[in-house]
Amino acid sequence: MANRKRLPAPIAFVSWAGVAILGASALGGIALHRGESVNAMWFILAAVCVYALGYRFYSAFLAAKVLALDPTRATPAERFTDGRDFVPTNRWIVFGHHFAAIAGPGPLIGPTLAAQFGYLPGTLWILFGAVLGGCVQDFVALFCSIRRDGRSLGQMARDELGAIGGAVALIGVLAIMIILIAVLGLVVVNAMRHSPWATSTVAATIPIAIMVGLFMRHLRPGRVLEGTAIGVVLLLLAVFGGSWVDAHPALRGWFDYDGPALALLVIVYGFAAAVLPVWLLLAPRDYLSTFMKIGTIVALAIAIVLLNPAVKMPAITQFVDGTGPIFGGKVFPFVFITIACGAISGFHALISSGTTPKLLANERDARFIGYGAMAVESFVAIMAMVAACVLDPGVYFAINSPAGVVGAQAADAVAAISAWGFPVTAAQMQDLAREMGEATLFARTGGAPSLAVGMASIFSRAFGDTLLAVWYHFAIMFEALFILTTVDAGTRVARFMLQDMLGNAIPAMGRTSWYPSVLTCSALVVAGWGYFLYFGTIDPLGGINSLWPLFGIANQMLAAIALCVATTILVKSRKARFAWATAAPLAWLVVVTSSAAWEKLFSADLRVGFLAHADDLAAHLASGALGTAAAEQAPRLIFNDRLDAALTLFFLLTVWVLVVETARVCHAALAGKRVPPITETPHVPSRLVEDWVRD
Amino acid sequence: MTELLERAWRMLRELSGDDAYERYLVHWRARHAADAPPPSRAEFFRAEQQRKWNGVKRCC
Repeated sequence: MANRKRLPAPIAFVSWAGVAILGASALGGIALHRGESVNAMWFILAAVCVYALGYRFYSAFLAAKVLALDPTRATPAERFTDGRDFVPTNRWIVFGHHFAAIAGPGPLIGPTLAAQFGYLPGTLWILFGAVLGGCVQDFVALFCSIRRDGRSLGQMARDELGAIGGAVALIGVLAIMIILIAVLGLVVVNAMRHSPWATSTVAATIPIAIMVGLFMRHLRPGRVLEGTAIGVVLLLLAVFGGSWVDAHPALRGWFDYDGPALALLVIVYGFAAAVLPVWLLLAPRDYLSTFMKIGTIVALAIAIVLLNPAVKMPAITQFVDGTGPIFGGKVFPFVFITIACGAISGFHALISSGTTPKLLANERDARFIGYGAMAVESFVAIMAMVAACVLDPGVYFAINSPAGVVGAQAADAVAAISAWGFPVTAAQMQDLAREMGEATLFARTGGAPSLAVGMASIFSRAFGDTLLAVWYHFAIMFEALFILTTVDAGTRVARFMLQDMLGNAIPAMGRTSWYPSVLTCSALVVAGWGYFLYFGTIDPLGGINSLWPLFGIANQMLAAIALCVATTILVKSRKARFAWATAAPLAWLVVVTSSAAWEKLFSADLRVGFLAHADDLAAHLASGALGTAAAEQAPRLIFNDRLDAALTLFFLLTVWVLVVETARVCHAALAGKRVPPITETPHVPSRLVEDWVRD
Repeated sequence: MTELLERAWRMLRELSGDDAYERYLVHWRARHAADAPPPSRAEFFRAEQQRKWNGVKRCC
């Protein structure tokens, strides 16, 4: 883009000043607004202005000064071009691949849960966390990997920080994978609980994916678009088919399950998907989910812009004090843990150091792809926040509060929620459930059902007022589709990592296609997340309450690892004076994860501290105050609390080991002592003609 | 207009990997034409899918 026409300086100055003023007014508007409702347009405006300013100025500074991107340097895609892994690719195409890979269910669910604090804390964190943290992390990780032949985060950690850093990073990734899959599985299970329509539609996605897989393998090899088009049509039919199943007195019984039964089904499915050949289920499901995901996100953006729905949630609720029903804990640090993807997500560093760096034709594109794609992902999180906040707050809390907090009976729940100052009636919830084609919407925790209600009401108003129930189940299907894709793909990746680790001890286990090893390692991985998933469904506090913070801490910990590696690289490449660009978000993440982990461990609040909850339960059990059913479950719940506490402690130690290692290596490098040498590959001039891949 | 649609279609094919085989053939002609006949579309697609799913591909 070197020869792109630039605006004359005064005009550019005036227009960027305009963007800044507009953004500041929109942000000020939503921050200071206290009243009935605020228009969603202000959120969109504020977000777009913040991203535009961040991209235009901060990412330009990072590109020019901090990283010193060099367009004359040959990228790995050029040097190792093999037509498969390493392919110089048009920057828009790489952007599309990268965005599809980083955008999962995380940015939709986190903001929905964090809306219990009101819209403001979450919105501010999404905007500023992304511009100053998440986008920087993705951009810098991508840059570091490009300068190192496209190496992965784990390899870079080993090379730059030494063996300890590398090993900690690897185990950390495996642990986060297990927790991530468990909590996402729980979200799907809660969306399908006692809902034959949702369950049958989600179940139908499996044979549909298999049909598409067979089509693309045997009938029309490699015709991805044809296969996907057929699949998408079938998926839409499945949404309507679910309504028919729901109305059928005999059939609906086949798809009506409680939480634990659905958890077992998801576990069996996860194991099957991990050991079946990829072409049969995983790959076609991934194509379908990518298309549905991008289509739905675009449709949601259009609908919000067309409709400007009113945001009814207050800017800040009383739950910032830690008494929130959806998850316990104060706004600091828990809003920063709950919204991980959308503000800063460590997982992205794996993608930025995975397939993406092998595709870039020019190093300069790292800014557009690394920083830009994350800004778009963050925008998705803002839309999820809007979709959660257009619901009546009473309805939002009724859907998302677990029965263990507000009571299992509708009358108790509406009384408790109305007493908080968010009026809602049982009749209103009954009407809403009927409109959505569900038996009940009380205590449907996990964020997916409330997001689906929000999306359904936005879609039905924008694209025709009927079919509310169809839109609702479409939204559920769309969320379940890409959650299950993450379950499959994550299980498979975790299996490879486990095989790799075990292969060091027993060489045969390291052979990725040796069936005994495949089955053992898949079973171990599935057992790991299946355990947390199953017990999440019987947890009286709803499971999400304990698992989502654990996931958030793990994800932020991974981001901290990526930023540790990036900071070390900056210091070692004599850029110490700019190291704050990664060190500042790193410091913030260390503060946030450490204080969240500390509270999860030692808080006396029963809904926050794992150990306090375990002790309380143990005391109740010993005094005989529990009923028979509760007394039977109690030992298991106590054990789980302690297990969660152990995991939290492990995450906390991991972060600190890495931070200390980073400080040690950086200090040694600055003092001129011996450190692992910088592994940047030498400059090879690019021979690609400037415009050849750009059409 | 037609040109714009054509470009969008090309973009969509490339984004989805629909034209991966054609693109590979271009690479193959440039680099390996002397070695052996190129893989068929079905062979290429099989190998490609297996390879693509051997790493972290999707995120939360």
